[in-house]
Amino acid sequence: MAPLDVMLDIISLRAHFPTQDGLVKAVDEVSLQIGKNERVGLIGETGCGKTVLGMSIIRLLLPTTRITGRIIYQGRDLLSLSEEEMRHLRGGEIAMIFQNPTTSLNPVLKIGDQIAEVIRLHRGLDKEEAKAEAVQMLDAAMIPEPLKRADQYPHELSGGMKERVMIAMGLAGQPFFVIADEPTKGLDALTKAEIIKLIRDMTADRSMLMITHDLNAAGEACNRIAVMYAGELLEVAPAQTILSDPGHPYTQGFVSSLPSLGLHPIPGSSPSLIDPPKGCRFHPRCPRAKDICKREHPPMISLGKDACVRCFLCT
Amino acid sequence: MHLIEVMDLKKYYRSGLFNRQCTRAIDGASFHIDRGETLGLVGESGCGKTTLGQLLLRLIEPTSGRIFFDSKDITGLSRREMRRLRPRMQMIFQDPESSLDPRMRTAESIAEPFRLGLRGRMSRSEIEEKVLELIDAVGLNAEHLNRFPHQLSGGQNQRVVLARILAIKPEFIVADEPTASLDVSVQAQILHLMMDLKSEFGLTMLFISHDREVVEHMSDRIAFMDNGRVSWEE
Repeated sequence: MAPLDVMLDIISLRAHFPTQDGLVKAVDEVSLQIGKNERVGLIGETGCGKTVLGMSIIRLLLPTTRITGRIIYQGRDLLSLSEEEMRHLRGGEIAMIFQNPTTSLNPVLKIGDQIAEVIRLHRGLDKEEAKAEAVQMLDAAMIPEPLKRADQYPHELSGGMKERVMIAMGLAGQPFFVIADEPTKGLDALTKAEIIKLIRDMTADRSMLMITHDLNAAGEACNRIAVMYAGELLEVAPAQTILSDPGHPYTQGFVSSLPSLGLHPIPGSSPSLIDPPKGCRFHPRCPRAKDICKREHPPMISLGKDACVRCFLCT
Repeated sequence: MHLIEVMDLKKYYRSGLFNRQCTRAIDGASFHIDRGETLGLVGESGCGKTTLGQLLLRLIEPTSGRIFFDSKDITGLSRREMRRLRPRMQMIFQDPESSLDPRMRTAESIAEPFRLGLRGRMSRSEIEEKVLELIDAVGLNAEHLNRFPHQLSGGQNQRVVLARILAIKPEFIVADEPTASLDVSVQAQILHLMMDLKSEFGLTMLFISHDREVVEHMSDRIAFMDNGRVSWEE
């Protein structure tokens, strides 16, 4: 399943949080390769660990988080870099488009200045040049009247406009690798379609991990989709395969719960990340679970060069 | 039999110096909702659909026009008269967590309408029995009764909201994007639950969403909203 030219290689990543109730295993033994110029969608329900996975790549998790495994980027393990080295990469070569623009943007700074800051820090331009470049970025993000908008504050912009600002800011450092966390959350259908198109256009020559629970959005913006459930990956396959011929029973359930495909709910609810079910983590909700699914934890099985699935029934 | 009838409803907002700017949030809406019917309302964000929902329950005051509930003109009613009518009309909001009191456990939240006497005088054990009945009807169980909203997931909280509404036993519900903050799989669960409860309790509903596919699943008839104006599919 290895893409030819690997941009980011996540190997057996774990991110566990100690809490009063026990150890929360938000990311548990996740391995995923993202190729050069490849866009991968990371799909899953709320609380399955997908944002934690994104945050561990740019190392923005609490210091108490127990992270193990390796994240190889251009021959270096991101997890073993010093904070100083990481700060140099973060926002520059590896950037994040954070979710929830309303709370992620600084309410007391003008849009243009917030974007210019990234450009000054990571591209070494002076103040004037950075400001002009920020306006360029706003223009590239299809914001009308970019010169005027650059001088406005976040509260003067609509939700879709703010999302465009977040995208412009995320890409302002000219990153090779972008993590986009729920970029279409809270947008209406029309705005959503525009934002997806913008993301696709602006990340055409970059690698991207797009975190979302919107399967249709991931299908349109990404080449491959990785399905996450209770801290681990259950299936990775080309986007079209996931949508038209999903392999894992969970992915099948997820797809058929879409309003356009019947609105059939998956029974039950997501398991606890402190004490996930034994055997296959999905077995208590799986309509096809067999005895072996309750006893043994299924390994990830490769199904050809760009697909794999973690299910005893799919072999 | 119309439960809701709306005639030439308008809501304008004035702003700017000397109130010179006028935003026509609702610009002349007329329609009706039959008893037991679900009317779907679709529109992009900012088109005025939430405003319309709030007007129907008189949570905000219209600029002009009339709203009839059960053949009674409610546009001129005093706050006091409205309060007496409120238990018959309820609203489900988008974000379940912020519509529940963060300091109330599930059991207290659901018991509140009974304690307030909205369903007549009831003893403590009668209330307890009713709460257990409702928690079961919305697909939760006894272990959830002692939890606070922050200890439940979004889908579970929306179930608590539904149980609370059923406790009041309204005739008319405005559901304003009730699943917008939920995952698709949970959305499917909640929408199915709403359809079941609707037929079981004979509810009349205005179902508001920007997701046309969701509205099609939920509604008997669909109205579209654009820039404060309502239109219909042939």
